[in-house]
Amino acid sequence: MNETVIEDVKVIVFQLKDEDYGVEVAQVRSIERVQHITRVPSTPDFVEGVINLRGVVTPIIDLRKRFAIQGLDHSETTRVIIVTVGQMDVGLVVDAANDVLDIPKNAIEPPPKVVGGLEAAYIRGVAKLEKRLLILLNLDKVLNPDEMEEIKEIEGKV
Amino acid sequence: MDKNQYLDMFIDESTEHLQAMNDHLLKLENQPGDYSIIDEVFRSAHTLKGMSATMGYEDLASLTHQMENVLDAIRNDKLKATSDLLDVVFESVDHLEAMVQDIANGGEGKRDVTEVVAKLEKIEKGDFSEEIAATKEADQKTHGNQNSYDDFELTVLSQSTEQGFHAYSINISLRADVILKAARVFMVFEVLEQIGEVIKSTPTVDQLEEENFDLAFSVTIVTKEAENDVQARIMKVSEIDTVEVQRIDVEEMTKEQGTSLQESANEEKVLLSEKQTQRNNKENGTEKEEKPSSSPNKTIRVNIERLDSLMNLFEELVIDRGRLEQISRDLKSSELTETVEHMSRISGDLQSIILNMRMVPIEQVFNRFPRMVRALAKDLNKIVHLEIIGAETELDRTVIDEIGDPLVHLLRNSIDHGVETPEKRKQAGKREESTITLKAYHSGNHVFIEVSDDGAGINRDKVLQKAINSGVVSSENGATLSDKQVYELLFSSGLSTADEISDISGRGVGLDVVKNKIESLGGNVSVHSSPNVGTTFSIQLPLTLSIISVMLVEVQEEIYAVPLSSIIETAIIKKEDIMAAHNQKVIDFRGSVVPLINLTDFFDVPVSKEENDYYSIVIVRKGEKMAALVVNSFIGQQEIVLKSLGNYLTNVFAISGATILGNGQVALIVDCNSLIK
Repeated sequence: MNETVIEDVKVIVFQLKDEDYGVEVAQVRSIERVQHITRVPSTPDFVEGVINLRGVVTPIIDLRKRFAIQGLDHSETTRVIIVTVGQMDVGLVVDAANDVLDIPKNAIEPPPKVVGGLEAAYIRGVAKLEKRLLILLNLDKVLNPDEMEEIKEIEGKV
Repeated sequence: MDKNQYLDMFIDESTEHLQAMNDHLLKLENQPGDYSIIDEVFRSAHTLKGMSATMGYEDLASLTHQMENVLDAIRNDKLKATSDLLDVVFESVDHLEAMVQDIANGGEGKRDVTEVVAKLEKIEKGDFSEEIAATKEADQKTHGNQNSYDDFELTVLSQSTEQGFHAYSINISLRADVILKAARVFMVFEVLEQIGEVIKSTPTVDQLEEENFDLAFSVTIVTKEAENDVQARIMKVSEIDTVEVQRIDVEEMTKEQGTSLQESANEEKVLLSEKQTQRNNKENGTEKEEKPSSSPNKTIRVNIERLDSLMNLFEELVIDRGRLEQISRDLKSSELTETVEHMSRISGDLQSIILNMRMVPIEQVFNRFPRMVRALAKDLNKIVHLEIIGAETELDRTVIDEIGDPLVHLLRNSIDHGVETPEKRKQAGKREESTITLKAYHSGNHVFIEVSDDGAGINRDKVLQKAINSGVVSSENGATLSDKQVYELLFSSGLSTADEISDISGRGVGLDVVKNKIESLGGNVSVHSSPNVGTTFSIQLPLTLSIISVMLVEVQEEIYAVPLSSIIETAIIKKEDIMAAHNQKVIDFRGSVVPLINLTDFFDVPVSKEENDYYSIVIVRKGEKMAALVVNSFIGQQEIVLKSLGNYLTNVFAISGATILGNGQVALIVDCNSLIK
């Protein structure tokens, strides 16, 4: 009994376009409805801006844009998942977030090699559930400072 | 008694006394004949000795004791306060500092001081035995002669009578069953110091503290209180048997004693000069608390963390205040508006009090410089006089913590590069002694700190040559630069103008580090120089780092905050007034050509408003340079709390931070410094 508990990973499930994604509960601080986002100029296009999260100015990233998925206007179901990675608090805009799942560790497989390319680096693994596939995100990579460096270089040229 | 209880106080006070010794020793070097300075040093050393002996730090006590002997010899004209001698004294102060530091870090304050003690002994030798004899002799004399005063005491007495003080001789006897004699004496002195100044005591304070007396002692004080009051006050101390207060007729006394009693006991001199200095200080209104209890101003020590959390809470309050102001504007209820206005005023006062609590005089940073300058000047064979102006200027603690290193860099730079050697100065027809001035002052919402020297000034050609050689500028560009622009090159990294690299400076790091540090504090640094007259480095710093006044402006649908400190003025101009100069739109603003920056384009703001023939502009400046920012409308002035954009978005171009507005939305703060190149 105990063993199975230990081997479970608790994840928050969210949707982007038609796919299900998951981030570990431990990294999630809260899930917010979309509120007024202040645009920040001269930042990469996936940075939506900053919001006032209970007195703390928190940057917001549009995950659709981050993963180069076609953009979508915010709707009733749109949520902001506030995650903490290292010293950074960042909000991720997703289409919907509505589930918390316990996933047994043995159901998680490494990212399929076929995917390849840049995106694969953001994926920590794929969990096979009964009827669907859940893509587990590697937030360290999604919010990679190196990536930020690249962006800064581009900014510098502009 | 648990000594830990007093440890913090001991460390604080010793540090203060050591600093005082440092300061006065430096003064003494300049005015070797000034006895009042020696007395000051002696007083600090004496107090330190007493404190460390009480706390059981033997090494500290013995070294101070030895120092005291040397100082005493100087005071009695047995030794001359030469520079060499003072070097040894300084060395001992260094040792003392190290020991106190050790104690502060939880150590035992032990240190091998035999070498420096030996040096001190050597200096002092010869006069020592004589001195002891003198002390003993004088002691006896005092005992026999209770109500006699020497010239000095008489002068003090007559001066204070002229100023409307009364002089009293008080005979106090303790009850026969008294348990803590010294404690009672201390309490009596405390009472007396509250109402006036103790001029003399018989037996001396030292002897009283060591309980070297029977049951009675007498004290001479000057005070404005009446005889009865004095008596009543002393009687409040328990275990006191009788108190006799006698008025002293100073004039008569002066006549009677006229010429006699020149010499007096050593300790007594210490005592009275102590009091004398204290009195002088009080008159000048600059008294430093020696004993917290003797000062009418009551202070408490507060942990800085508490002040920080107070500040954080207040920041929250400022945000809510902004929100309330907005709500009351929208609702237009006069009752609500009045209440909110009142609250705004009160929180405004609260803000200045909280900010003031966090303010510390810059003295804290400045007072370590005289020693450093002295040592450095000696190493470089230069004669440097450091003049400090405005040490009482107050700055936010966070700024104080950071400003030390940049100032050290600038001072070192001035001593090494700025001022010339005495020979060169002579050739140039200047005084051999060069002056470096360290000056701090408030101006508006800023504090300025200037480091200026009266040296040769910056050699434009040399700087330019170096800059070209190290690839900072190209030779074509170099020729067109103004003097000021050339001087600014000093702040670029990898540039040093010292011909030879010395220990002190010239490694090409320094001034660029200074510039970075100051800019990270939200300030800026500039340099002015004129050949053969001198060079001035000027640092401008904000008074506080967390709450600033801004002008809120609307750019299309977005709101931006422009710090008031960089705004010169706002204006509305006609479209026709805009001219083009080399692909850059400019306007003629009060006679100078100012480049125009359209924030809509600059920040890529989605266009939602139609352009009209009038432009609202905000004229901002960075140093001498200006720029005009085109916005859609002005919203108004507001106090805002500076927030960072978080660790994810660092270094966003032209944005220095964010703030939360009254409606809960985030507004970005425009960084005018990076807008203007």
